[in-house]
Formats: sequence, structure tokens, C-alpha cells
Amino acid sequence: MELTRLPLLKSALKSRYPQLAVFIVMLVGYIFAILAGLIGTPVGSHNFSIVFVWIAWWAILILVAVPFFGRGWCAVCPIPLPGEWLQRGAVLAPPDKKPKWLNLRVPKMFRNIWLQNLSFLLLALFSSVLLTTPTITGIVLAAMLFAAIGLSMVFERRSFCRYLCPVGGFIGLYSQTAPAELRIKDKQVCAKCEGKPCYNGSDTGYGCPWDVFPGGLTKNTYCGLCMECIRTCPYDNIAINLRPFSADLAKPSAKMDEAFKAFIMLGSAMIYAGVLLGPWGALKDAAYNVGTGAWFIYAATFLGIIFVVLPGFFALALSLSPGPSPNGRGGGVRVFSSLSTSLIPLGLMFWVAFSVSFVLTNASYILAALSDPLGLGWNLFGTANAAWRPILTSMLAPAQTLALVGGLAWSAHTAQRSGHEANVSSIPVIVYCFIATLIMLWLLL
Amino acid sequence: MNPRFSLVLLAMAGLVVAFAPLPVSFTAPQTRTFELDARQFAYSPSELHVSPGDTVTIRLVSTDVVHGIYIDGYDLSVTADPGQTATLTFVADKPGSFRFRCNVTCGAMHPFMIGKLTVGANDWLYRSIGFSILAILGLLSARPLITDY
Repeated sequence: MELTRLPLLKSALKSRYPQLAVFIVMLVGYIFAILAGLIGTPVGSHNFSIVFVWIAWWAILILVAVPFFGRGWCAVCPIPLPGEWLQRGAVLAPPDKKPKWLNLRVPKMFRNIWLQNLSFLLLALFSSVLLTTPTITGIVLAAMLFAAIGLSMVFERRSFCRYLCPVGGFIGLYSQTAPAELRIKDKQVCAKCEGKPCYNGSDTGYGCPWDVFPGGLTKNTYCGLCMECIRTCPYDNIAINLRPFSADLAKPSAKMDEAFKAFIMLGSAMIYAGVLLGPWGALKDAAYNVGTGAWFIYAATFLGIIFVVLPGFFALALSLSPGPSPNGRGGGVRVFSSLSTSLIPLGLMFWVAFSVSFVLTNASYILAALSDPLGLGWNLFGTANAAWRPILTSMLAPAQTLALVGGLAWSAHTAQRSGHEANVSSIPVIVYCFIATLIMLWLLL
Repeated sequence: MNPRFSLVLLAMAGLVVAFAPLPVSFTAPQTRTFELDARQFAYSPSELHVSPGDTVTIRLVSTDVVHGIYIDGYDLSVTADPGQTATLTFVADKPGSFRFRCNVTCGAMHPFMIGKLTVGANDWLYRSIGFSILAILGLLSARPLITDY
């Protein structure tokens, strides 16, 4: 179903002003979160930066935006804005063909998501401190903003979003499951189109900031939904469509960076469920006390689980798979990465199950932080003294079960399709997903 | 197998998994007392096991800053000042597994200061495992794996 047939939606997307209005609100909120982190109370549960970034924003992102809108967050994310405005030398004015800055192309060796994998892991290893210490959250938010600005001065387009953003990597991975997509309407129109203004820009708009040629889009992973191509296409050949969930996974990826992103996200959700939501104090101590011996053991274990244990058992499972040898059909590496696509729904649902617990038990902090965002004794809306109270905890276990069992069924179904595509049995992958789900159930319930 | 028959079979199995009583070994209700040490950011012991119907008394001892305990599902709480003991007594009349957590901001990792109370068997875990098995069986019956390569 083509949503851009709705005249109101189409005109809202064609115009730059509605998006700009949202961008400005987001940018103000983002800068306020940085300031709150740096100058507000050090008590995380009473600081806007912690409460609004890691509880409110995270809840919206992982429970709504990613599952239903894919890269919907990227469409309104304020991080690339200042850099992009500087790069273009304009906010809304028609693009100038002459580059304002270096405008280099990102070197080929970095044109993948390995840097995003590493940047996510870097934050993940320090997550206990990051999630609870306003100063650190403020510094990280500021660092991301300045990194985006710096990269915009050196490289063309949104190189930060595309190749470095720690959040964008997993949003891209999981956006493949979303029931919304941006695609062209007719391939022939693109083939005949001269100048490819959607990619190269024109008087009506900028070339794709995400370095994607919309005519070649087959999955959501790298389309940031910035809507620029809707504005530049002279033939009105770009559409936003509603589609079945996980439509992109029908054609599994064979890229190892994306495969490892699936393992990183799956492993991180499981580790966080144990460390942050589990009853084991020693694990929390190890994760929080950065630089100590216990933390180094925690970090090594974290990386070992993600880079050795999870992919190792996955490879072992595939090697035990009945059926034709994968080596005979283009190699085990290709089968490994193709079949790892099956882990994408499972990982997303693991994050949903983890987040729903964390968010429902801490959401009541939002009211207090809204009235006193810096923890300075303000009471702007009369809710500064709202007591902490978990919400709907009786619904937690059923909700988590639904997410985890649903994720297992979704992944098993994806494995059947991927296995069929790669001409290998999906049994080992389904068993792998089943065992991972049992571990997650044990950790959360 | 007829797909409709499989579906009916699965639905019936799902109802059994959801509602069938789990085998329990009946024990007469007892009075159980736990001394629960609270420090940044952990409880000791961090896991409590009781039987349904037990009268549970938790003597919360805070060893550093002010800590508290809030029990999910039971909606009960108590706080203890440093070096002091606070007592919470209740009848464990709801079976299952419940998180208990600190209800007083006690430092950076406060939101993750969590323990676990299990009353009887962890019903939800076992039923969820049952649902997982059913989900896989349902998928297999819809699309047999043996012939999918």
C-alpha cells in the first residue's frame, strides 16, 4: 500500500518545513540533554539527560520507532543537522554545486558497518556507566554531535550516520523487519532518468545524504528516510509503502559486517538482561567499576561471547547441518552470513523484552525529570516530587514471553526461508534460536 | 497431516500449556525469615525461595546508604537507614517469580539494584518454554524442515 498517495502526507514530505520544525525541536532537546548531563544533578534518575535519553527516547526507539517505522528515528534525528548545514552552507536554500568543504569520498575500506559495530561495542562496554552517569551521557552526546560535524567537513554526505553512528548501525539492521519502506515505483523511469537527481542533487534538493541510489534500493538498511529523494525526483517516482513485516529478510544478506551486527545485538541484549536486570551484584559491580580487574574480565567476557561464543556455536551448528555441503555452493562464509539473517527478528525481540522491563519500572522518573530536569529544585509542572513507582509490573512476564516466543517463531520462519535460499537445512539455526530464547527466558523471568 | 487439524491440535496444546496446573509438592505453610543485606548495588542473598502460603519476614539491613525494597507483583515496600534494620512481613499468596528492587535512589546503579523472589515454582518460565516448543512444532507442521534444502 502506497502511503504517499495520501495528499496530506505527500505534501508534508515534499515540503521541507514540517521536517525542519521537528528537527529544530529535536535539536533543542538534544542540546538541552547535553547541558543537563554536564551541569545538572549527578543523580541519574533525576537528570533530564539520563531519564529522557535512556528511558523515554530508548522506549520510543526500540518499542515503537524501529519495529514499526524502521529508520523512522533517523528521519528526525538531530545529530547530523549542524554538520549538514555547515557542509551545505545553507539550511533550506537550494544547493550550491560548489563544495564548501573538503567533500571527500569515504575510503572504500570504511564503506561498511564495521566502524558502527565497533562504535556500538565501545559504548556497550561502558554502558553501565553511560546509562547511569549524567556527565558521561552528556559527553557522549556531545562527542557524537561534534564527530558528525567534523566528518561533514571532511567527507561528503552524512558519513557519520552512514558509517560511524553506533545507534544507526542497529537501527539499519532491524529496519529490515519494519512494515514500512521507501522504494521507487517504476524501475524503467529510473533507468531512463538523466542526471539521477535523487543521487546527485538538483535545483529542487540535495543528492541522497545517505549515499544511496534509490533506484537500487532492495532493503531498508541504508536508507535514512530523509525524504530528500521525494523532493528531487522529477518524475514523482518515489513512494513510501506499507508492506508485510520483515519483507527485506526474504533475500538474506551475505555481508559479514551485517552478520556480526546481528551477533553483537543478540549478545548484548542477553548480557544486559543478565547484568542489569539479573540479581547478581558481582556482575553489576564488574560492569560499573571501569578500569578495575573485574571490569577487564567483564569486558573480555562480553567480547568473547559476542565474537567467539555466539558466532562459534552458530558456525558449529551450520557445520552439523544435514544436506549439501555449503562449501560446494560458494563457501561456508556466505552461508554463515546468509543464515545469520535469521537472528535479526530474534535480536529485535530480545531487545524489546529487555527494554519493556527496564522502561516500565523506571518510566515514573519521567514525570519528576520533566518538572525538574536539572535536579535544581524546580517544579515547572508540579510533578517534581512524583514518587517512583513501577508501572504494570504484573504485565511484564506475559509481555516478555510474548516478545520472546514471538521472536523465536519469527526467526525460525526466517531461517526456513534463508535456509531454502542458501540450499541448506534450517534445523541447526532453529535449534540455535531455541537455545538462545531459553537462556533469555531464564534471564528475564 | 491436515493443516486445519494441526492448527486445532496446536491451539489445544497451547491451552494446556497456558492453563494446566503444574505438578507441585505440597508443603504446609511455614514462617520464613530472611536477613537481607543491602549495599550499593546488590542484595545478599539476592535470590529468595519460599513456598506458596508461607508467611515471609524480610529483615532489611542497609550497610552503606539508605536502601529499600519494593516487591513487584506484591506492591509492598520498606526502606532502611544506614546501619538500621527495617522489617517487612507478608503472606506469599501469589505464586511465581518476582523481582524486588531498591526503591530509594541510592547511587548511580540504583535502577539496577535488583533481587529475585520465587514463590513455589516459576510457572511463567515453564509455560514460556512450553510455548517456545509449541511455536517451533507449529512452524514445522506448517513447513516440514526435513525437505527444506
